[in-house]
Amino acid sequence: MNEIPLTHILFLSTALFFIGMYGLFTRRNLITMLMSIELMLNSVNINFVAFNKYLFPDKLDGLFFSLFIITIAAAEAAVAIAIIINLYRSHQSIDVDDATEMKF
Amino acid sequence: MSNYLYILWIPLLPLATFVVLGLFGRKYFAKSAGIISTASLLTSTILSFVAAKQYFFVDGKVNGIYQKIIALKYTWLEFSPNVSIDMGVIVDPISVMMLIVVTSVSLMVHVFSLGYMKGEERFATYYAFLSLFTFSMLGLILSVNIFQVYMFWELVGASSFLLIGYYFNKPSAVAASKKAFIVTRFADLGFLIGIMIMGFYGGTLDIGLLIQKLTSVQSPEFLSITSASFLGASMLTWGLTLIFMGGAGKSAMFPLHIWLPDAMEGPTPVSALIHAATMVVAGVYLVARLFPIFSMDEAALTIVTYVGAFSALLAAIIACTQTDIKRVLAYSTMSQIGYMMFALGISKNGGEAGLGYMASMFHLFTHAFFKSLLFLGAGAVIHMVHSNEMKDMGGLRKLMPITHAAFLIACLAIAGIPPFAGFFSKEEILTAAFHENKLIYGVALFTAALTSFYMFRLYFNIFWSKDAAAKAHSAGHDHAHDHGEGSWTMKLPLIILAACAVGVGFIPFSQFITSDGAALETHIDMIFSIAPVSLSIIAILLSASFYKNQNTKSDKAVALFGGFYRAAYKKFYVDELYLFITKKIVFPLIGQPIAWADRNIVDGSILLLANTTAKISTAIKGLQSGKVQNYALYFFGGVIALSVLFIYIWK
Repeated sequence: MNEIPLTHILFLSTALFFIGMYGLFTRRNLITMLMSIELMLNSVNINFVAFNKYLFPDKLDGLFFSLFIITIAAAEAAVAIAIIINLYRSHQSIDVDDATEMKF
Repeated sequence: MSNYLYILWIPLLPLATFVVLGLFGRKYFAKSAGIISTASLLTSTILSFVAAKQYFFVDGKVNGIYQKIIALKYTWLEFSPNVSIDMGVIVDPISVMMLIVVTSVSLMVHVFSLGYMKGEERFATYYAFLSLFTFSMLGLILSVNIFQVYMFWELVGASSFLLIGYYFNKPSAVAASKKAFIVTRFADLGFLIGIMIMGFYGGTLDIGLLIQKLTSVQSPEFLSITSASFLGASMLTWGLTLIFMGGAGKSAMFPLHIWLPDAMEGPTPVSALIHAATMVVAGVYLVARLFPIFSMDEAALTIVTYVGAFSALLAAIIACTQTDIKRVLAYSTMSQIGYMMFALGISKNGGEAGLGYMASMFHLFTHAFFKSLLFLGAGAVIHMVHSNEMKDMGGLRKLMPITHAAFLIACLAIAGIPPFAGFFSKEEILTAAFHENKLIYGVALFTAALTSFYMFRLYFNIFWSKDAAAKAHSAGHDHAHDHGEGSWTMKLPLIILAACAVGVGFIPFSQFITSDGAALETHIDMIFSIAPVSLSIIAILLSASFYKNQNTKSDKAVALFGGFYRAAYKKFYVDELYLFITKKIVFPLIGQPIAWADRNIVDGSILLLANTTAKISTAIKGLQSGKVQNYALYFFGGVIALSVLFIYIWK
């Protein structure tokens, strides 16, 4: 059985990263932006796991890191949702373009 | 060695009074301020007399020499092991003598002010300022450290400023207080530099230690300060001259005397206390305190001598022409302080040659009493006549008999007629001058005659001259029915001070206060006294013939002197000279270029910086758009830029 080459996986993760970035910059809805950030985090996770598997098969550091990132992503989602709810209460909207008071 | 710590209370009591009256006076003690302040000062006065008795008669003397006792010393700021600013209390003959002078004159002035200042709106403030002044002056006297002297010196100047400007809604008083402050402050700059020089070469600021180091010819400090020179004079001369400059400023010596006559804008009791008896002799006290060092340097002493003698003569000539009675007294003060100064200048340290030192201190002592008496007498006259001008007075002897008698005694005392106090001290000074320097002796003799002349010109103009009844009639009201001679609080100090002006001359002063602490045998030589006393009497008679009755003799004398009289009347144009120097030379040539540089270069560079910052901020403030996604874009842009930087450029 032929192994999938590393470049394929890296291509996938890069694509995922830039899709997330594109979503982050273009969407105006905060929840969608949050989802885009999750995409970017997951692309990094894929990178960690792939490098661990292909370059250092006898070690587990990459796996641990990806586990950490998943945990932190969960916490981050909780905090972000809380912020979004507060924002909604004060602005009656979760559109980022409506929350631009913090400027010069 | 017994305990002198209670002396600390002498300055601290007036300080407490100042704090209490200053903070709460106007609200709670508006009427009782005078009594409170007088009571606290009375305690201080009693303590000073106790201290004097203990020091001079009980335990100050060891083997026939009065010792210097440091009753208290507290190191306040230490710069290096020897150089420190200490607060302390020194007990030695001159400080104890000054304690007596300051507390008793101040007490007299406090009592006199009870009547004189009655009904003033800022009565409590007045007493608070008087207490502040008394505290500062006592602190100055008791200083152990030359920097402590300097601090109290400035405090004295500040309280003098406050009191001269007491009538702050009178423009001339405000101008006078500013003038006094600026002139003495300018002199104090010299004093400060002098202290720095002494501290640098002497390695200490402690007066006792400084004297010890700089009077032994072999000490390394003495060698270094005399070998270092600047513009052809040794650093010792420079240091002492600059310190003397501070003293000359406070003591109104030529050419820094211009503030004293204007300072008469203050209330008259203040003039009696500050500008006659105590503060203005601080300069003399300073020179006396550092006298052992001064005596090591001939040049500095020569400066002291000639400045003193010239001031004495100049002031006496001006005093003959002035018509404001307080100004006459101010110039007379200046003249008498000139006497004290040159007496110090011609003195040597120790033994028979130290006669000048002792005479100077003696004159300081007697002068304080008769001059404050003259001022308080003048105050009583002004209180009655409501004018400072001689032409508004005359014939007052019937209306105010006690003031008249007291004033006459004071005039006789200052003229040096035996057996009044001034005779004894002036004789000592003249004797000392005769032995040391004939030129100074001549100046002193001539000045003494002038003194008698202008003092009796003042006396006859106030109390004789015109007919009081006719004058009162012409003025439209009768003085006698106004408020008579004043309350007993105004008469009592006059009586006490008059008794002092008669009596203090008999104190065997040379037994107590000499340059080296050992008693000095002096005697009044009858033959020697003939010249000054007869000159004084001639001057008095001349004055009587001019001014006792209204006549034209004085006008003829004025015509005889012509231009010289006008110059003296204008105070020899010293004020105008200062104005010319400041307005025509200092301001346009130094002040304005500096002001230009300050506005355009110093301020300009700061403004340039500020404006540039503001411009750049305006240009880039759009970056702070408030849009989260923009920020994220910048962030990623930054990350990419950094990665490019690290990967391709810095490897």
